[in-house]
Amino acid sequence: MRSAASYLDTASSEPLHPAARETLLAAYDRGYADPRRLHGPGRDARLLLDNARAVVAECLGVRPDEVTFTSSGTEAVHRGLLGLRRGPGPVAHTAVEHSAVVHAATWAGAALELPVDRLGRVDPATAPSDASVVAVQSANHEVGTLQPVAEVPAGVPLFVDACASMGRLPLPDRWDALAGSAHKWGGPAGVGVLLVRKGARWLNPFPGDDRIDERASGFENVPAALAAAAALRAVVEEREEVNARQHALVDLVRTRVAAEVPDVEVVGDPVDRLPHLVTFSCLYVDGETLVTELDRRGYGVASGSACTASTLTPSRVLEAMGVLTHGNVRVSLTRDTTAATVEGFLEALPGVVRDIRTQVGL
Amino acid sequence: MTDPVVDLELDCRGLLCPLPVIELGKRYAEVPVGGVVAVLADDVAARTDIPAWCRMRGQDYLGEDPTGRYLVRRVGP
Repeated sequence: MRSAASYLDTASSEPLHPAARETLLAAYDRGYADPRRLHGPGRDARLLLDNARAVVAECLGVRPDEVTFTSSGTEAVHRGLLGLRRGPGPVAHTAVEHSAVVHAATWAGAALELPVDRLGRVDPATAPSDASVVAVQSANHEVGTLQPVAEVPAGVPLFVDACASMGRLPLPDRWDALAGSAHKWGGPAGVGVLLVRKGARWLNPFPGDDRIDERASGFENVPAALAAAAALRAVVEEREEVNARQHALVDLVRTRVAAEVPDVEVVGDPVDRLPHLVTFSCLYVDGETLVTELDRRGYGVASGSACTASTLTPSRVLEAMGVLTHGNVRVSLTRDTTAATVEGFLEALPGVVRDIRTQVGL
Repeated sequence: MTDPVVDLELDCRGLLCPLPVIELGKRYAEVPVGGVVAVLADDVAARTDIPAWCRMRGQDYLGEDPTGRYLVRRVGP
């Protein structure tokens, strides 16, 4: 098994939190039955599901009846965004939304991109008043910049993709529907959280089902929902300490990469950002080679460069910000990434970049 | 604006990122300070990466000319 000690891609998926592991194993024994059934095992499953919902609601500071479990963060995004749509107007979204938002807006046939500045921040005043729904993420998943969600003009339904920040940061105050994803905070994959504000006008954009929660479809994954809730509770309890530690380590990466790697651009807001992730781009460096060479030295990082993406086009986020798209690396820290790991990465990086540049004659 | 006189054209068609920018980085100094390099590239990343190169290297990005070439004015070393 590969060591997880130098896994620096938690923004793609955080390792399972120990609290989730224990809960998951116990819940598989107790939460297998159909929670709609009236027999004992069914009532047990229902109890666990209601418990999961209550814990998530408490951790997020919302009402339990505002919480829906979906089969993924992507599904929560699709349902949340499309269910809010009011009328035929454009589905306005920031140019740096996750692809789940962009795909849903495109599918709706009326996508409208709102531009961002060099830090990746949107100006919410650019949202048109005739929009059928506006999507603004809580924080950017690639560069960490927090978005001014509170400044979105009132009167238009507001969808917030909070997948990058849920558990780590409190929710923004304003949203009509909001999405999160459990595997990004240390819960199991296959659990999304959809919040729909009490009183918000939300209509199921997909076929209905006859399950417990009318906003979802399909058989509930009770054990995973409960494990996601347990992880969320642990993460919220730990976040003051974890965030401070991660914020300082990311500051170290930002400072030392800028100082020790020539021709590099460290991107995103240096202060008003997610605590655990940082992105930079190295001139003249092929992103795939960079990721591969860092992996050979034991560091697992992500990249938004074209040759490392599934689409063969560079990251839309970097493109919209107007920053260098090649030679890109995103480093994101797990809850227990140590200073020694980060320092080891920072020691290795300049040599790796220099070698790749030497090979192309620069 | 009237199109500036191009002192050097780099034909980077068919090259994937970051090769067009590598070519620019290797050869821009062939023009004197004040001179203009035109980069012909069909890789989509060039549209973002050539202006970003100019900003990082302290050169002037002039935009795209009518034939789609990216124009760069050398203003420093």
